[in-house]
Amino acid sequence: MALQLTNRSKVVSNKEQSAMEKLYLPAVFKGMSITLSHLFKKSATIRYPEQKRIMAPVYRGQHVLKRDDNGAERCTSCGMCAVACPAEAITMESAERKKGEEHLYREEKYAAKYEINMLRCIFCGLCEEACPKEAIFLTDRIVDTEFEREDFIYGKDKLVEKMTERIDVTKRQTPEVLEFKKTPGLKHNELYDGKKLKEKH
Amino acid sequence: MLAFVIYKAVLCVVIFGISLGVAAYSTWWERKFASFLQDRVGPNRAGPFGLLQPLADGGKMFFKEEIIPNVSNKFLFILGPCLFMVTACMTSVVIPWGKDFVLGGRNFAFQITDINIGVLYLLGVVSIGVYGIMIGGWASNNKFALLGAIRASSQMISYEIAMGIAVIALIITSGGTLSLHEIVEKQDAGVCNFVYQPLGFLIFFICALAETNRAPFDLAECESELVGGYHTEYSSMKLGLYLFAEYINMFISSAVMAAFYFGGYNFPFAHELYNAMGLQEGSIWISLIGFGAYFTKIVVFICLFMWVRWTLPRFRYDQLMNLGWKVLIPLSLVNLALTTLGMYYFSK
Repeated sequence: MALQLTNRSKVVSNKEQSAMEKLYLPAVFKGMSITLSHLFKKSATIRYPEQKRIMAPVYRGQHVLKRDDNGAERCTSCGMCAVACPAEAITMESAERKKGEEHLYREEKYAAKYEINMLRCIFCGLCEEACPKEAIFLTDRIVDTEFEREDFIYGKDKLVEKMTERIDVTKRQTPEVLEFKKTPGLKHNELYDGKKLKEKH
Repeated sequence: MLAFVIYKAVLCVVIFGISLGVAAYSTWWERKFASFLQDRVGPNRAGPFGLLQPLADGGKMFFKEEIIPNVSNKFLFILGPCLFMVTACMTSVVIPWGKDFVLGGRNFAFQITDINIGVLYLLGVVSIGVYGIMIGGWASNNKFALLGAIRASSQMISYEIAMGIAVIALIITSGGTLSLHEIVEKQDAGVCNFVYQPLGFLIFFICALAETNRAPFDLAECESELVGGYHTEYSSMKLGLYLFAEYINMFISSAVMAAFYFGGYNFPFAHELYNAMGLQEGSIWISLIGFGAYFTKIVVFICLFMWVRWTLPRFRYDQLMNLGWKVLIPLSLVNLALTTLGMYYFSK
């Protein structure tokens, strides 16, 4: 016998059927009693749009662009997320904040256009790790189905959270993430260089 | 005469409607039943419990693009599903749905026609059904379709022999009649033919599975090796007709099995029930109650068909042929011999 990692494998046997097996009927009845027993079991189905399965606390689904507590958009259109994105799903166009728009945008520069292609996105969460302003987060919402490919390119209308229905992202802000973001002078690109990170701490 | 013609015409339309309705809802129930056996929910979006699903499926079939291959023989290509559907519907003609009843001094049979060779007619029409598959597979000009059609026809021919011999044994026990009406009436006493012919029933049931191309004998449309079998090239409602006719076949086979072996519209303590209800012999209510009992049996058989389908994997082709020729035919011959001997000794 060759080396085995588990004892689950079975040696294939090509032996002739015994007389009892050739009758088929005992095996047939056995199989039918198994299926019959399943007739009385509870179905495992989750009826999706009405019922939703409980997501893992750190589930990475559809993104949200957060506002701060005053309702101003946190995103400053730095482009870190777009750079970090391995699927190149994020594009944005920046604009300068005008006078009197302080209640709309927190920083002097903001994203006039911010698009995520949900068909390209692999929901890895690197955008939220890259974000220095804690503006983008992945949530436990599932991206809706659409008929057209264009409809999967989500603009600001779908991404920016509404003040009337704020989205809770505390689950995504794990202590490690919060701790990491507190470190002063930490450049986000160094995140991927574990050696440098260790030296700093 | 006019009343007779009108009655028969109405009965034809009603039975045609019932066959189609049962076939349509068999598709729904097949999916529902399968999902119950597999711990799922099944179709539940179209209407309550998905009850409008057959309509949605039918509508979809009509609106789908219809493709007739350029290299196919168009006449035969269209003829195939038509023939299959027509033969499927034709079998319901000889099935006795209930007791005769008297209305306005006239005697009406709850059967479209009681021909004295009903059993032969059934076997004959079922054999014609294979032409629908054969022609469809041939006209498609596709090797998979042709293989599927060849499989279907050889399978049907093989299993018809065992089925026929099992039926001969049944006819011997029911006094040599070939009329379905009389076979069912003979079981009126409360003992159904299954008691005399348990082995015969088993053979008949297995052959019925093979004749209707149901799993585990659905090699004609074996999708894992033959794409779609004989209906690979079919699309739109022509495919729908093939699939639909199979459900009609299943309905009719269930009806035939219930009539042959389980007393058709008779049920235990039927006469006691009718007496308790104060129904006269020949009342239309007796016919309708009998029809209800018959229909229940048919539904049970349809469920059995589905239960088998969602339990057993498909036979390999050589296993199918071995089972047909080397097991079922000898077994049905043994059954026939035992029946003849039994009849000979008991009738002496």
